[in-house]
Parts: sequence; C-alpha cells; structure tokens
Amino acid sequence: MKTKSLIACAALSACIALPSFAEQPLTVVNFGGANANAQKKAFYEPYQKAGNQIIAVEYNGEQAKVKAMVETRKITWDVVEVESPDAARGCDEGLFEKLDYSKVANKADLLPAAVTDCAVGIFVWSTVMAYNGDKLKTAPTSWADFFDTKKIPGKRGMRKGARYNLEFALLADGVKPADVYKVLATKEGADRAFKKLGELKPSIQWWEAGAQAPQFLVAGDVVLTTVYNGRIDAANREGRNLKIYWPGGIYDLDYWAIPRGTPNKDAALKFIAFTLKPEQQAAYAQNIAYGPANSKALAKLDKKVLDDLPTSPTNAKEALQFSVAFWADQGESLEKRFASWATQ
Amino acid sequence: MHAAASALALPVSAAGLDGNDPAALRKALARAQLRRKWRAFSLTLPLLVFLVFTLLVPIAALLMRAVENPEVASALPATIPVLKKWDRSAAPPPAAYAALVGDLARLPDISDAGALARRLNAEVPGARSMVMGAYRGLPFEGDAEAIKQRLLDADPRWGEAPFWRAIAKNGARWTPDYLLASVDLRRDALGDVERMPEEQRAFGAILLRTFYISAVVTAICLLLGYPLAWWLATLPPRPANVLMILVLVPFWTSILVRVAAWIVLLQSEGLVNRGLMGLGVIHEPLALLFNRTGVVIAMVHILLPFMILPLYSVMKSVPGTYVRAAVSLGSSPLAAFFRVYVPQTYPGIGAGVLLVFILAIGYYVTPALLGGADDQMLSYYIARYTNVVVNWGMACALGALLLAATLLLYSVYRRFGKAELSLG
Repeated sequence: MKTKSLIACAALSACIALPSFAEQPLTVVNFGGANANAQKKAFYEPYQKAGNQIIAVEYNGEQAKVKAMVETRKITWDVVEVESPDAARGCDEGLFEKLDYSKVANKADLLPAAVTDCAVGIFVWSTVMAYNGDKLKTAPTSWADFFDTKKIPGKRGMRKGARYNLEFALLADGVKPADVYKVLATKEGADRAFKKLGELKPSIQWWEAGAQAPQFLVAGDVVLTTVYNGRIDAANREGRNLKIYWPGGIYDLDYWAIPRGTPNKDAALKFIAFTLKPEQQAAYAQNIAYGPANSKALAKLDKKVLDDLPTSPTNAKEALQFSVAFWADQGESLEKRFASWATQ
Repeated sequence: MHAAASALALPVSAAGLDGNDPAALRKALARAQLRRKWRAFSLTLPLLVFLVFTLLVPIAALLMRAVENPEVASALPATIPVLKKWDRSAAPPPAAYAALVGDLARLPDISDAGALARRLNAEVPGARSMVMGAYRGLPFEGDAEAIKQRLLDADPRWGEAPFWRAIAKNGARWTPDYLLASVDLRRDALGDVERMPEEQRAFGAILLRTFYISAVVTAICLLLGYPLAWWLATLPPRPANVLMILVLVPFWTSILVRVAAWIVLLQSEGLVNRGLMGLGVIHEPLALLFNRTGVVIAMVHILLPFMILPLYSVMKSVPGTYVRAAVSLGSSPLAAFFRVYVPQTYPGIGAGVLLVFILAIGYYVTPALLGGADDQMLSYYIARYTNVVVNWGMACALGALLLAATLLLYSVYRRFGKAELSLG
C-alpha cells in the first residue's frame, strides 16, 4: 500500500514536474562571433529540435557577472562558456558547480586537459600568427620574423594585454616552447619578454576583440597579426586567403561551467553531455576550425577539416600549451606591468 | 534672495505702524514662510530621495569597498595573532604554519578559501596556488613542525617571507592598500609607505594621460564649437533650426554606431585616406586609427554637442547691439568681437568646457575600441578590474581616485571661475 502510494506520488510529481521542466528554457552563455555561430549549428539547433528550449546569450568573458549572480543567489545563467584561467579561478572561489562526470561524458574519451573539477572542455583553440596570402610576398618562417620589421616591413596586430604576447616575445627571443613558462616565471624572464615586446612597440596595432585581427589583415592595416585560429578560418570561409603560421601557437581549451546554485542544474548537465557527444563535437569542428575535446569525434572528420584544426599532428607539433596555473597566479601582476609598460 | 527678504520686511513694518501686535504678526508670517518652504522642499523630495539612492549610496558603497579588507581577517583569525610576534624578516615559526592550516580547515566553504587566495595573490603573485594547494591538501596530521615540513615539500615558497608578510599586513579589516596602489604607492614589510617598484607604476601616468586627452578634446571642441554656435545664434530661426538638427542627430545616435562609423572612415583603406591619396595630398595612408588621433577625433565628434548647446543658449541671449555700439565708436570688428562679444559668452564657455571635460575623463568605450595600449583612460582600467580581474577593491579605489580628481577640478573651477557659472 505504502509503496503504491509512493509510486503514485512519484508519477504525479513527475507529471507535474516534467512539463514545467520542459518549459523552463536553458540559458547558455557563449563568447559570440564565429564561435557562437558554430555552436548554434552544432549544439543549439539540434538540441532544440529534440524538444528543448535554449536561450543563447553572448558575453565577453566578464566573470564579474557570474560572481555577482552567485553572491546574490539570483542565477539566470545556466551554462557558461569560460576561458581556462577563469574556469580554474571560478572553481577555487566556489562560483561553479562541481561536475558529476557520470552525467557528462566518459572521462577517457576526453582530452586530459578537458577534465577539471568544475568545468569540462568544449573545444581546443589556438592563438597563432597569421598573414594575408594575397598581400604578403615573403611568408614568415619563425616568431623572430614577427618581431623583425626589417625583414618583413609593416605593422603587427597584437591582442591588447600581456597574455600570449609575452610568450610570443620569448619565442622570438630564442626560448624553446617547452621552457617559455619556466623563463617567464622568473623576474629576468619577464624583463626579457617586456624588453623584446618594447622593440616592436612602435609597430604594434592593438586589437581588443577577436574579430578585429582578421579585419586588420583584410584591410591591409597590418601585415602580420596574432589571432585566434578560428577567426582566420571564418574569414577564409568568406573567400579570403588568410594564412596561418602554426609553430609556436598557444593552444588552450574553452570550458562549460555551471554557475553554482542554478535551479536548472540537471538540464544544464544534460545539455553539456549533449554537446560532448562525438556527433555534436564533429559538427562543431566542421563549422569552425577548433579541435574537438572529445577525441572520438576525430574519426568522424575528413582530412580537409582535420588539417585546419589546432589539434592536428602537424599543427600541434611545435605548439605551446597555455599554462592556466601560471596565468592564474601571475596574470594580475603581469597585466599591471603591461599597463605600466604601455605608458613608457 | 536679498530682494525677497527686503520685500518681506516691508509688510511687517507696515503692520507695526498699524498698531497691531507686531510680534504675533511676525510669528504668523514666519509660520507661513516655513510652510511655503516645506511645500517647496516636499516638491524636490522625490528628486532628493532618488539622488540619495542612485548617487550617494552607491558612492558611499564604492568608497567603502575601496578600503574594505575582510578576506584575510575573517579567514585566518588564529594565524594573525601568531604572526604579530613575528619579526617579518625570515620564515615565521612553525606555530604559524599550524595555525594557518587550522584556520583553513575551519573555513565553511571553498569560496572562503578562494577569496583568501585571490586577496593574497593580488599582493604576492603565486599565493593563489599555494593557498588552494594547502586547502585541497587538508587534513594535515602531526605537530607544527610536521605541518611546516609538509607545506614546504609541496611548495618551497611557503618558506619565503613575502607571503607571510602579506598575511600579517592584511590582518586588519580596513586597508589603505588599494588607495595607495591607485597612486602608485604601497606599504613595505613594516607598514611604511613607499613607492611601487618601477615596473608596477602605472596609474599616475594613466591619470595624467586621462587628463591630457580630456584637455585636448575639450580644447578642440571649443575651437570647433564656438564659431559654429556663434553662426547658429546669428542665423534666422529657420536655417538655424535645420542646422541644429544636424548637430543633434549624431547626438541621438548610439556611441557604438558612431565609433563603428569612424572605423570605416578612418581605416587605412577608408574614405578619408583614399580621398587624401586621390587628391595627391599624401602618398602613404595616414595612421588615423587605433592610436591617439583616432581616439581624439571620435571623442571630439561625440562630445561636440555638449559644447555647442550651452554656448548656443548663452549666445542667443547676447544682444547684438553692444558689438554694433563698439564698432560705431571706432573699434575694429575683430577687437569688438573679442573684447565685447566673447566676454559676454564666458558663462557658456565655462559651462561647455566643464561639461565636456568632465564627460571626457570618464570615457571608456571609445578609447577601448579606437585606441592602442597607451591610449586607454582610467575608466578602462576600472572596467578591467571590475569585470576581468574581479578585484573590486582596486576598481573602487581607482573609481575613488577619478571621483576625487573630478571634485578637485570642479572646486578649482568654482574658486577661479565666475561665481554664476555653476553646474552644481
């Protein structure tokens, strides 16, 4: 009798809960631009076709919003795309839910770097050097060329900030990719990187948003630029002939994280699990040249797509893995130093 | 005010002449006055309440945040007294390590450890991973010596003094550190104020840059706006209205749209460069974008209406007869303009300059999109510390610095400017 009423009770509550569950749309926050378009095609639209509701929101990576939401306990974002240092910091500071991997994906299928306590990797992207194949006659052959305005005259595009630029400066100064973070962690290494960057300073045109870098190349404002590789891919899909120099590229992952205390935690996990399926991961890589976090997706991609991914063996050969631990520790101080350096 | 008072005094003395009780009458009059004052005050009450809640309370909260320092004091209550006895030179005694581990173990939530790690990392880069590593390594067994050894094995930096100094220094719930940092100062190991090391000095130069860009923008706005406002004021109403709309339409357009338009116009293959090259004025495209030039051009464009409108309203009220009188008395037209007309427009110049300058020093979107790394103004860094770094204490201290600079400037202006030109 008791079990019967319990079952009835459960069935009843399920009936009540389910429709309201389906009606509650899931708010997914991404970085916008070409990446958002690829996510729309590979993740949101198929997920919506399966009868779920999604509201896609764009942001620029400001963790202040997540922090404010969690602190005031008014969480309106259910799944947020975050960069690796923010994923690590947010986990330390209790901004994100701990992930239950049994509900997300098989850990063994994912790249090792994709598996963290509070955030799971979505894709691998890389900050690389790029140039306009239609305009530049002599292609760069090293990072030293990027800093050599005599060999390749013209302006250089760089991201406004210290991150990535210091690594590239050390590479150009002859540091091996494997030693970059070891050198940068010392006072002398940081001095060396800023000095090298200082040599190029008069020729640097700074970009703020990722979409600006390919625009600079197309408009002819710069001859070489640092850029997120997916942006180059997106521009080439529109008929441009932009080329990437892969060695020394700094690759990293973007992660899904769930703000702590969201009422839609289960639906959020379900959505994340959906995006990590090999089919969805492959569809994403076909729409933008970012490498899948689920290695099972690679088998579903043809050679042409694979060749453009930062994870392809030739492209990844001399690449540098972004050090989350280094930037989470040193980021604030190095960015301040960058501001100071810029005033000199 | 003075005129009103003497007008009020009249009926009182008149009443006194009538032989009635002057004191009672005066009292009744005072009561009526008071009632009227209260009625006037109650009309402004909604605005006052609004200002208190939207301006004064947030500013007070901002100033509080700039000196608030609760993270270390609330997370490490047992460690701080132990460190009081420490001489702050070499590594502290093992008891400090044990107290720290005990404090970490008592933290109710990982977010408290995270807040502590963030606070200490802002002082000593690397402290974040040390604190979080220790927190994740809990629980620690054994006596103080064993705990110290285990921490040192995990990370040799536990044996260095700077990390412990940061804890000892931040034991109080209030700190001048953020405010000091906003003017490139800091406290040394023993708490004495000293200058930041050279590579960490930035905000003084950024504040100067903010004022410099704002001053240049204000000057150009005045040079461009004054003749235009004068022309508008002297035109007949119909053409003046049409031109006024031309001034106002960009004013009503979103700043982002105008910034994007400037990017299209000024880029190296944009309209301006192509036009100049087509005319043969230049042979290489000028660098007009993503540098100081681009920032100034766009800011002048955006702020120009704030200069023109106050100038125009003042010029409209200046009668043309004075200049004509001066000329008819033998002055040259130019001298008459500068010595008779311009002084009459000082209130408009003052209001326009103040308005443009104060708006300009808070600019953030335009320099962020059109400027290089060395064209960013103070607000850019406030936004950075708020959104990206999420160091709200530092953001609030920079906000306080900007506020103080603005108020100082305004008071200087009030002191030396003409008394009747006031925005406050």
